Amino acid sequence: MASIEEGGGESHKKGPGVKKAKKLSTRVDMTPMVDLGFLLITFFIFTTTMSSPTTMDLFMPKDTDKDEEQNKAKESGALTLLLGKNDVIYYYEGQLKEDASNFLTSSFGKIRQVIIDKKKSVIETHVHDEGCKKIQEKARVGDAKTGVRPDPNWQKACYDRDLVVVIKPDEEATYKNTIDILDEMAINDVKRYAMVDLFPIEKELIKKTQGGN
Amino acid sequence: MPSVKIPKKSTFVDMTPFVDVAFLILTFFIMATKFKPADPVEVKTPNSVSTKDITDSDHLQVTFDKDGRVFFHIKPQKDASIKLNVIKNLNTTRNLGLTDAEMKNFVMTEAIGVPYTGLKQLLSLPVENQGSLRQPGIPIDSTGGELYFWIRDAVSAFSGHTLKYYLKGDNNAKYPTFKNVLNAFKRNEILKFNMITMLEDVPAGTELSAIRSRDKSSGTTPK
Repeated sequence: MASIEEGGGESHKKGPGVKKAKKLSTRVDMTPMVDLGFLLITFFIFTTTMSSPTTMDLFMPKDTDKDEEQNKAKESGALTLLLGKNDVIYYYEGQLKEDASNFLTSSFGKIRQVIIDKKKSVIETHVHDEGCKKIQEKARVGDAKTGVRPDPNWQKACYDRDLVVVIKPDEEATYKNTIDILDEMAINDVKRYAMVDLFPIEKELIKKTQGGN
Repeated sequence: MPSVKIPKKSTFVDMTPFVDVAFLILTFFIMATKFKPADPVEVKTPNSVSTKDITDSDHLQVTFDKDGRVFFHIKPQKDASIKLNVIKNLNTTRNLGLTDAEMKNFVMTEAIGVPYTGLKQLLSLPVENQGSLRQPGIPIDSTGGELYFWIRDAVSAFSGHTLKYYLKGDNNAKYPTFKNVLNAFKRNEILKFNMITMLEDVPAGTELSAIRSRDKSSGTTPK
């Protein structure tokens, strides 16, 4: 480009008496162009947002008045997570005991192990029956209409059907906490989970635990 | 004694490759840049492992920030007249007393974050200057508040189109705000949402990472 030089002037000898034409340099000063170029690069680097946002699906159940429908979850497979203030998670398995002895404290770093352990224990105590076979069959075939592909691990499809995680964020929990815990459901492949409000007794317990610490 | 002549070397450096690279990078950034529309509110979304991209379809979006302010966006992709219909309808049912120019302004407005009573003040400003007005957010309570009516009117204006519902919340927004927004949708019998998040890597050794790698090896796209 700018530094292309007209070389080879010496090699070609002209006859005596022939005057050499004055050679003009073709070299152009590129400094201003480079300056401008880098200015623009800097501008675009600062304005570009590289990571494009993604979306996460959320399906909420319809509010039902019927209590029986809401309490379908088997006690043995239930895990309740309560999201409190300052990124603290409280949890209990099954039903909350009278003396609150199974009311435990955890954090976002540790909760994954709790979910994995719970899932493991649910799978171990799983009972194979007719309903289970139906779920297996469904997973094996898939559903072309809704885009659900046949599951290669269809035999395992119903093993964790009793696992239900109940998520209860309290007033002090942040939106990030809520999304993180929903994400945890996706990470650990928990198929059934629900987001509901806290019971008054749970609110009290959280308050008590917070005061104790 | 004749002094030793040091041959003079040119200090000129050939900048051509340098310039080539610089402009290549510049071109890349120009191409990759997508100017995002100016939001009236700064929101830092949480991360998630979800890989679903945002599609350019008709959608309603609700944004809420850390102070609990709620903003409503109506985003028709092709037919901008839908947005005009929403405000026209609202103008007559709510007696807002908006002029035609103000209603046209509404179509250009990115997000609404004022109660119905403040709508005239917001729309009387040109779009460029709306950022200077601090919007208090759409009033919302456990039954949905005014947001419920916004959603209801927008949904009816979009009838016949497939509509998506995006939620965009700030990391530090409190859960009650989120719940109230959900309630506003629920009252409209809308139960399926997409929450806007930033992509995050799947932690190694978990079930999801096993599922994803299995999907990848079998050549199918992840669900």
